Amino acid sequence: MAQRFACHKISEGKATAESILSPERIMFYQVRPEDGMMEEKDHAIEGEIIAKKVLIFPGGKGSSVVQQDGLYHLDQFHNMPAALIVKNPDPVLVAGAIIMQIPMVDRLPEEFYEAVRDGQTITVNADEGYVEIED
Amino acid sequence: MKLTDEQKAMLDGKYGEGAAYAMKIQVGIGECFDAERMVPIKRAHVALSNQDGDLWFAEKMVGYGAKCRVAPTVNPGFCLEHFAAASKHPVNAEDADHMRRTDNAYRTLGAVLSYNCTPYIATNVPNFGEVCAFSESSATPYVNSVWGARSNRESANSALCAAITGFVPEYGLLLDENRKGNIVVHVEADMKSAYEYHLLGMMGEKIGEGIPVFVGLPHTIRPEALRNLGAQLNTSGAYGMYHIVGCTPEAPTLEAALGGKAPDREVVITDKDLKEFEEEFSDEMKGNRIDFAMFGCPHFTLEEAMYIARRIEGKKLAVPMYILVSSHTVQMAERMGIMDILTAAGAELIGDTCPDQPCWHYLKGKVGITESPKCAYYPRRRNLHFVIRDLDTCIDAALTGEVR
Repeated sequence: MAQRFACHKISEGKATAESILSPERIMFYQVRPEDGMMEEKDHAIEGEIIAKKVLIFPGGKGSSVVQQDGLYHLDQFHNMPAALIVKNPDPVLVAGAIIMQIPMVDRLPEEFYEAVRDGQTITVNADEGYVEIED
Repeated sequence: MKLTDEQKAMLDGKYGEGAAYAMKIQVGIGECFDAERMVPIKRAHVALSNQDGDLWFAEKMVGYGAKCRVAPTVNPGFCLEHFAAASKHPVNAEDADHMRRTDNAYRTLGAVLSYNCTPYIATNVPNFGEVCAFSESSATPYVNSVWGARSNRESANSALCAAITGFVPEYGLLLDENRKGNIVVHVEADMKSAYEYHLLGMMGEKIGEGIPVFVGLPHTIRPEALRNLGAQLNTSGAYGMYHIVGCTPEAPTLEAALGGKAPDREVVITDKDLKEFEEEFSDEMKGNRIDFAMFGCPHFTLEEAMYIARRIEGKKLAVPMYILVSSHTVQMAERMGIMDILTAAGAELIGDTCPDQPCWHYLKGKVGITESPKCAYYPRRRNLHFVIRDLDTCIDAALTGEVR
């Protein structure tokens, strides 16, 4: 049985993909467009690929330009994340996700964060307000 | 969210496709943050960046026929005339074309082509309590904290949307209850110049998430120092606002800044914290040598240009020095003879230009010196390297070619 959790829609759409967790804030400017690899020095997920995955992370960081421009470059190589699950959304991140049309949700319950791991198959359905972790 | 008839009509396309798209994005943002309504603005600043994503979005808006109802000031790309084909270090045709397209797009949208990242110092200054839409790292905290105006930490895109619709969703820093500080930052470091405010701003990791209330800073602080503090807070983290007790208008006392509540956290910043950051953050030099000096991230003021002119008047720089400023400052410097002094010494005072632009292609692989951590941070992906030091050390390094 898949585990289902309620969430709050930020950016519309739905996607099913492999999960990747970042305990650290994300700046999409620091992700390599050609393959979607986190390039930021000493970042918690340095060297890992976020392309076409469901990225679960605490929030964004950096200037008012870096999120949308970073996502735009990833999109040029079809390497944007499939969906975003965020704890603390900020306007720069939110505008980036809406404009680049990536499904994004927040307000997941604590049980979700206890159950979620790297490499699980996750469905994010922003339109219907739920996230599912498949077995 | 409740929309007025005018706002609904805008969303339905009665004000054109551009306004409808801008409104749709803003309603999305508003719903994310549980905004109840949209409120009008008279002022905006767009962090134009001349990056690919920025041009894509601006041209998309042009394609939809969008026009700004509120003409926003804009951030710099690079100065086409300064880096023209006939100059010492011309940009390639592709990069020149990119900047020309950015310029055309924002002109068509009806922006004020100010190309300056410090509008809050001279050209676009909101009143106390005024609701506005300011993007740009240093600008949002400045208008909120120093002027007491009300802006969320808009993205470059969402600020452009606000300029097009003339509205912003009402949430976050627009509301009284969200403007109170929750972290007390005791500054025990010796804040002797605007440089130490750069370093203080880079303490985001230690300060943590929220609205910092700085205690222990002077009651009168120069605009350059406040500019630096905000710029770096949004390089090391994400901050829309801060308070300085006894200095900024919503912080007459610590109690007022905290809204009468106990803080979530208290942090102490010492000279040791700042020194350690300076060491860790600087790139490696070849011996003690540097290849160039760069200032103006965010843009230097006329006063800073005058200060450098006094320090290098009648001397010859050993390495090139680039001082990035607004076109107003360029004009004033020319009028006042500052430009002649700088040029004679070998320094270039350049308007309309940002360090994170392709025009600096000829500095690739070189090591520069700057007083701004943000100047060092973003251009790293363009393979520019930087050592950070206080302004006087930077000027001396440019005069000798060595960091002492």
